[in-house]
Amino acid sequence: MNQLIISAATEGTNPLVPNPWEMLVVFAGFAVLMFIVVKYVVPMFEKTFAERAEAIEGGIAKAEKAQAEASAALEEYKQQLTDARAEANRIREEARAEGAQILADLKEKAALESARITAQAHAAIQSERQAAVVSLRTEVGTLATTLAGRIVGESLEDDARSARVVDRFLADLENQNAGAAK
Amino acid sequence: MPWGAADGFSKQMLLVILSVVIIAAFFLMAARKGQLVPGRLQFAGEAAYGFVRNGIGKDIIGGKDFMKYVPLLFSLFFFILVNNIYGAIPLIQLPTFSHVGGAYVMAGIVYVTWIVIGVKKNGLKYFKLATVPSGVPGYILPIVIPIEIISNFLVRPVTHSLRLFATMLAGHLIVMIAGSGIEYLVTQENLLLKGASVLVLGGAIAMYMLEALIMVLQAYVFTLLTAIYIEGALHADSH
Repeated sequence: MNQLIISAATEGTNPLVPNPWEMLVVFAGFAVLMFIVVKYVVPMFEKTFAERAEAIEGGIAKAEKAQAEASAALEEYKQQLTDARAEANRIREEARAEGAQILADLKEKAALESARITAQAHAAIQSERQAAVVSLRTEVGTLATTLAGRIVGESLEDDARSARVVDRFLADLENQNAGAAK
Repeated sequence: MPWGAADGFSKQMLLVILSVVIIAAFFLMAARKGQLVPGRLQFAGEAAYGFVRNGIGKDIIGGKDFMKYVPLLFSLFFFILVNNIYGAIPLIQLPTFSHVGGAYVMAGIVYVTWIVIGVKKNGLKYFKLATVPSGVPGYILPIVIPIEIISNFLVRPVTHSLRLFATMLAGHLIVMIAGSGIEYLVTQENLLLKGASVLVLGGAIAMYMLEALIMVLQAYVFTLLTAIYIEGALHADSH
């Protein structure tokens, strides 16, 4: 082996001068390798890489979609809950207002009724009183004139005269009453 | 029969063909199933592919259309990596690029690629963009333009190829010299000299580790530089 080195150094063959056949073989070998790499190796690796990236990104996209759907559903439920609450409040409010309305109506009706009854009573009393006054007036007049006739001995049978007397008396009486009331 | 020997089918040629078979078989098997949850083999394949795709292609070239250049970067990285690693495998012990021809071919492919990309992207104006730096005072231009031409269009492919070739050859030579040194010392009559072979063996193992690191590193550097050249050609107007 050392003989070869020494011979190479001394023979005068220059190590920088290439062997053309070797150059050809290296070139051909590299060309074949390059062809295989361009045609098969790189496309296969790149296809795998792309598929893997897509699988990962697809998974992420799917997860994001599911998340979005879940949050949309949650939002919807919340919305529904709020709506339901508002509805319940509204119904309660309405019921309260209705109740108050009914109460007010009843009160009003009762007040009217009582007023009506009172008025009726007043009228009845008034008419009773009127009747009493009228009957009293005649009876007292008759009684008084009869009594006075007995006392005086003079008949006061004359209706016209006796009525005049009674009226005067009653007018005096009413005047007195009015003065006392004042 | 190392460099220069144009006769017959060399070990290098076999190794190059083998590397294509290894890389293609591994990645085809790893990528074939394309499961969303990868198995062990697919995971390893995806990690290796993702390292070049994202760690080199996306980070250096970036933008929307870095994917166009990922197959080239990917093929370059693993082709060079496997052909370098040969040097660290016992019995094979021969990095393909310790012969300069392969390195010339690889660098040549990259050279043509980034110039074509630059011209496609910017038109013939690309050569002006690549050699006349903006914001440089006019009186320096006569100096700067030749420097830029030499560094970008002449030196760049040379360094790109020789960096790979030289590191692989040097590593190969060191391991070989250590091997033959051990052989020489062991065959000596003197016991002390025989014993000294152990020291050389220790050094050789350390160099072997370093070489293994450099093999991976050079594959990475070559691919990284390719990405940088392509990026420079794509965005020549903003450099």
